[in-house]
Amino acid sequence: MASEARWQTASVYAITPRTPKIKSFLFNLADPIAFIAGQHVDVRLTAPDGYNAVRSYSIASAPESEQRIELAIELLENGEVSPFFHEIVQIGDAIELRGPLGRHFVWDAGCGGPLLLLGGGSGLVPLLSILRHRKSIHSGVPAILVLSARSWDDIPFRDELLEMDGAKDGFQLVLALTRDTRRRMTDYQRRVDSDMMRDVLRRLPSAPSLAYACGTNKFVDTAVDAAIDAGVPKETDIRTERYGG
Amino acid sequence: MATRGFTGRAQMVQFLGRIPPGQHLVTDFPVLTAGPTQHVDPNSWTFTLKVGAKPIKSWTWREFNALPQTSLTCDIHCVTRWTKLDTHWEGVLIDDLLHDASLEPPMPFTLAHSVDGYSSNVAAYDLINGKAMVATQYEGALLDADHGGPARLLVPHLYFWKSAKYVNALEFTEREVAGFWEVRGYHIHGDPWREQRFTGDE
Repeated sequence: MASEARWQTASVYAITPRTPKIKSFLFNLADPIAFIAGQHVDVRLTAPDGYNAVRSYSIASAPESEQRIELAIELLENGEVSPFFHEIVQIGDAIELRGPLGRHFVWDAGCGGPLLLLGGGSGLVPLLSILRHRKSIHSGVPAILVLSARSWDDIPFRDELLEMDGAKDGFQLVLALTRDTRRRMTDYQRRVDSDMMRDVLRRLPSAPSLAYACGTNKFVDTAVDAAIDAGVPKETDIRTERYGG
Repeated sequence: MATRGFTGRAQMVQFLGRIPPGQHLVTDFPVLTAGPTQHVDPNSWTFTLKVGAKPIKSWTWREFNALPQTSLTCDIHCVTRWTKLDTHWEGVLIDDLLHDASLEPPMPFTLAHSVDGYSSNVAAYDLINGKAMVATQYEGALLDADHGGPARLLVPHLYFWKSAKYVNALEFTEREVAGFWEVRGYHIHGDPWREQRFTGDE
């Protein structure tokens, strides 16, 4: 089993576009990593002159697969590492990574529920790992995901999420499209706000014991403030993961 | 191992000696907080110095701002890999807090506590001799909520998670007690120049 601090070389065995700006990279690991849903890995790129660039990416796959992990990487304008992944990386490439890292923004069956999950765009990734894990262990914990995206085509893992929603196993998907019309009456065509959160909370059988919010700092602040305003209890453990300025 | 096809972005050579290994420069100020952004009313905020569980001295916002104020210009380094140069802060040096409480560091370790339950552990020697402060201003304005206002610990020579936001107490401890991130896999000391990011680094 890999130590979290030790670098290992992983090989890319598949690349799958998820939205126009998000691509999944699937890796075979030499040393399997035992992780908890929600954790991330560091990825290290090295130039011929020895220069390094390292970034953290959340794991999208469920912990059930220790030897093969999925990272979903959003292309950032003026980025250094994400454009490399989107434009240069091919199947068969060897990439250095280490992990799992971070033990705060994580969920396993022992954490319980109900779960309120708030994702902005690629902020879905660690939440997806949680949901995939929830599904594969057949957890009956009620969970609702509010996923904000610009348009229907900007929803990462849309088909998989719709299918999860259709399974009626206690998981519900709520889409908040900021620049598009909704396709389902249960979704919204505006930014996350307190009224929306009040509706969302009513769809859960009881108040969430855990809330996870991931996205840009602006999204996380807006979504968490809206959830608190809508009546998420004080006892709810609200965990956030933010990126960008 | 060189990565196929990776050349890296042109680096700003003039800053190279100021960027710790594995870090890259940013010009914005990314926000990373483990929980909800706290909205702390300065009028109900106090700062308490403790030795073990025992409170030694507390200051209200007004009293805190009447203590000697120090300006500090420093580079800051986040364990999530960004480094920001020449940030300007103002606040009260830990030295001046200790002086006002008529205290020498009585124990070798500390835990900084925040209003939201966050904590970070810092060795006493990393806080004294001008190395650290409780900051209340950033770039000439009161510190905003995103960045930990009304007050945050500022220990610029360690990774920035050590610089606890929304800080309201500093507790001296006899033994090294791991803080919020330190019990969740992050390094107990956190020196960016030695890349002490995670448990097991060095």
